[in-house]
Amino acid sequence: MLTELDPVLLARIQFAFTVSFHIVFPAFTIGLASWLAVVEGLWLKTGNDTYKQVYKFWVKIFAVCFGMGVVSGVVLSYQFGTNWSVFSDKVGPVIGPLLGYEVLTAFFLEASFLGVMLFGWSRVSNKMHFISTLMVAIGTLFSAFWILAANSWMQTPQGFEINADGIFHPTSWMEVIFTPSFPYRFVHMVLAAYLTTAFTVGGVGAWYLLKKRHIPHARIMLGMAMIMAVFVAPTQLVVGDLHGLNTLEHQPAKVAAMEGIWETERGADLRLFAIPDEDAEMNHYEVVIPNAASLILTHHADGEIKGLKEWAKEDRPPVAIVFWSFRIMVGLGMAMILTGILAVILHLRKKLFDSRLFHMWCAALTPAGFIALLAGWFVTEVGRQPYTAYGVLRTSESVSPVLGEHVALSLLAFIVVYTVLFGAATYYILKLIGRGIETDKEGFEEHSKVATPFKNPKEQEA
Amino acid sequence: MFSFENLIDLPLIWGAIIATAVLLYVLLDGFDLGLGALFPFAPSDKCRDKMMNSIAPFWDGNETWLVLGGGGLFAAFPLAYAIVMPAMYIPVILMLLCLIFRGVAFEFRFKSDKSRILWDYAFHFGSLGAAMMQGMILGGIVQGVTVDGRSFSGGAFDWLTAFSFMTGLGVVCGYVLLGATWLIMKTDGDTQIWARRVAKYISLFVVIFMGLVSLWVPYLDNDINLRWFGDYFYFLLPIPVITALLFGGLIYSLKKEKEVMPFVCSLLIFFMGFLGLAVSLWPYTVPYEVTIWDSASAPESLSLMLVGVVIMLPIILAYTAYCYYIFRGKVSDEHHY
Ligand code: HDD
Ligand code: HEM
Ligand code: HEM
Repeated sequence: MLTELDPVLLARIQFAFTVSFHIVFPAFTIGLASWLAVVEGLWLKTGNDTYKQVYKFWVKIFAVCFGMGVVSGVVLSYQFGTNWSVFSDKVGPVIGPLLGYEVLTAFFLEASFLGVMLFGWSRVSNKMHFISTLMVAIGTLFSAFWILAANSWMQTPQGFEINADGIFHPTSWMEVIFTPSFPYRFVHMVLAAYLTTAFTVGGVGAWYLLKKRHIPHARIMLGMAMIMAVFVAPTQLVVGDLHGLNTLEHQPAKVAAMEGIWETERGADLRLFAIPDEDAEMNHYEVVIPNAASLILTHHADGEIKGLKEWAKEDRPPVAIVFWSFRIMVGLGMAMILTGILAVILHLRKKLFDSRLFHMWCAALTPAGFIALLAGWFVTEVGRQPYTAYGVLRTSESVSPVLGEHVALSLLAFIVVYTVLFGAATYYILKLIGRGIETDKEGFEEHSKVATPFKNPKEQEA
Repeated sequence: MFSFENLIDLPLIWGAIIATAVLLYVLLDGFDLGLGALFPFAPSDKCRDKMMNSIAPFWDGNETWLVLGGGGLFAAFPLAYAIVMPAMYIPVILMLLCLIFRGVAFEFRFKSDKSRILWDYAFHFGSLGAAMMQGMILGGIVQGVTVDGRSFSGGAFDWLTAFSFMTGLGVVCGYVLLGATWLIMKTDGDTQIWARRVAKYISLFVVIFMGLVSLWVPYLDNDINLRWFGDYFYFLLPIPVITALLFGGLIYSLKKEKEVMPFVCSLLIFFMGFLGLAVSLWPYTVPYEVTIWDSASAPESLSLMLVGVVIMLPIILAYTAYCYYIFRGKVSDEHHY
């Protein structure tokens, strides 16, 4: 029975599982690194130790997440070869250099300066420490740039030709790096990372306010998070809308699945709720806003939108996952915008730090960013099916010549190991949050003195 | 589209770059992994804290050379990557799983109270397993891979042989030597005395394994045999001779209780071993089937990346050196940040 396992499906599940696990951590570290740089900058500028205490608290959580991001990322860079060797062979000349540049410009920078950021307090000047934090933050953004360039190429491939062996040859690097969907995807993803971090930090701040602990620190956390919610969440809506228009141009089948539209129609309705049925090629239990989908996507109430039936069955992406993931992402995006509006109202009434109800709402939204982010990637990646490089290379033609049972066993191993690790990481992070911030001045100074695992060179000579 | 195809032999240069990345990985993560393999045998808990602290700021940067090696292979020799990875499917996955445990142990160990022992063992078995798998992958590649057209066509367990088992053990011993000599340099007191004992003991095994591999490899393939014992004999003779001298230096410096020299000798011994293997495997990326020229990526791709390497590699080496410089000197057993 094991031999009948389908290696393509298993390889897809394995990749989806490992990459989804991975992205949770980078998304948080990209946002957190930038935020920590801002907090440290504020500390250097104002000399207010509360900022430093906030920094020292979050940097511990940052270290855990960064470590998880690194170990799960190393797995991915080898998985292209173990699970998608034909894909690697064929498109390697085109996207290989992008991943190479990611290692050269981003990974080394992050990894090297992370050591200084964590252990360097008493070894380098405050300014040098700040520079190290900045380097890590810049590294995470470079990393996002290159990996999203690679991913966007897979979504909207261009700048290549295919030779007689079926190997892709680059013809223009500008076209390969800056594919039509890249600017949208890059901005959307970086904003998503910032929002994810803002709602996590804000949620923890709100929780401390509810528990009446660390009030000054909690105000900084919640206050800074709400600034992000006010400005970035609505921006994300605009960027997301533009991203969708771009997708309509280049991957109309994906949009049809996102909107659950089967028949090509003018004045398409926006389906708020529906159960897509792929066999019957229709939706059940629709709840719609008339003409709204056409209005959003074509900016005309009677604009035409292509339905899924335009494509042969084997060329369509899975509909239900794309449809529902899209609604989860947009729904949470709306909840974030609402949070920003509430924050502005409360702030004007000078009640932002006193409203228990609002703090409960923020604490409840702590995981919202992560869920929206994963849902977004599910829309993008599942909607790209049945291709790995959209329109030019099918998923079924990309897979390695390995046996289904081996893929199944390694998938099982990854599930077990990742579940244990995820549990442990969550446990330690919650423990750190529960333990709270070290504010006691004496103890704190003591702490920063031994904040390096190395002896001070001067002490050593003595 | 620019390309340096007509100016230089791009695949050759890229072969050298990837080999350098792998060598740097082996040298740098080698002492981390070797130290992990030694972990439970350390005389005390304080000593274990010191060991962990001595590599905590570096391990991530060190592991990044592995990503450059793998990612570089994908980018520069996609065909070789596409053949070797499925061929080594099981040991590669096992190595990755081991590296996961090794990596998270750094973060979790210092945050736990009751479960510390668990992460100590995760660190130990993760390091040991990763070292063993790397050695077995090396052996699996050196003994040759079955290829049909553009893909691997052998069995899932082809890599598992007496030869690869031996190279696995050899790599573990080599890494332990690097780890022990690193500790001699970075620690003092009890830990240093213990590390010196370990280094003396393990260097014997390293000599044995290097000797075994040197004699075994020429019998795997006739061309390799001819290369070492034929026309090039006198030309290649310095490799074993210098290695022998380096072993002499290692033993001498251990006896004389030198602090830095044992580590330097160990690094150089590894370098010589690597050089020897490179001579044997030349010019293959997938031994005895695919050469560096067969498997090279498009010249435009190699050119673009070469620009990146020429600009970025010196910068990377500079700030890596700076980070090692910041954390110079002996470690303490405190653990906070
Ligand atoms: C938008 C951002 C993003 C996305 C989509 C991905 N990653 Fe990632 N990755 C990062 C952002 C990132 C990061 C922020 O740069 C990380 C997280 C923690 C870290 O150390 O760097 C990272 C770490 C990281 C590492 C470890 C680097 C090291 O050793 O320091 C590797 C090898 C990869 N990733 C590889 C991948 C691959 C092959 C991906 C796709 C299939 C991928 N990542 C998706
Ligand atoms: C980081 C966030 C990402 C998430 C959450 C994600 C999620 C997914 C999911 C769910 C699938 C399975 C789709 C299916 O088979 O139905 C998938 C497939 C895949 N993704 Fe992504 N992805 C991410 C980023 C990337 C990036 C950056 C790349 C490439 C540079 C990439 C390359 C692939 C490949 C090669 C596959 C396997 C082939 C396929 O099924 O199409 N992914 N991903
Ligand atoms: C508020 C309204 C939002 C709209 C209209 C929107 C729109 C979109 C669209 C159309 C896509 C698919 C792009 C494609 O593959 O063709 C997408 C993907 C994605 N979304 Fe959103 N989005 C919104 C909010 C959010 C929020 C709040 C987050 C996370 C915090 C988020 C995270 C993502 C991610 C990570 C992706 C996948 C990467 C990408 O393709 O950019 N989105 N979004």
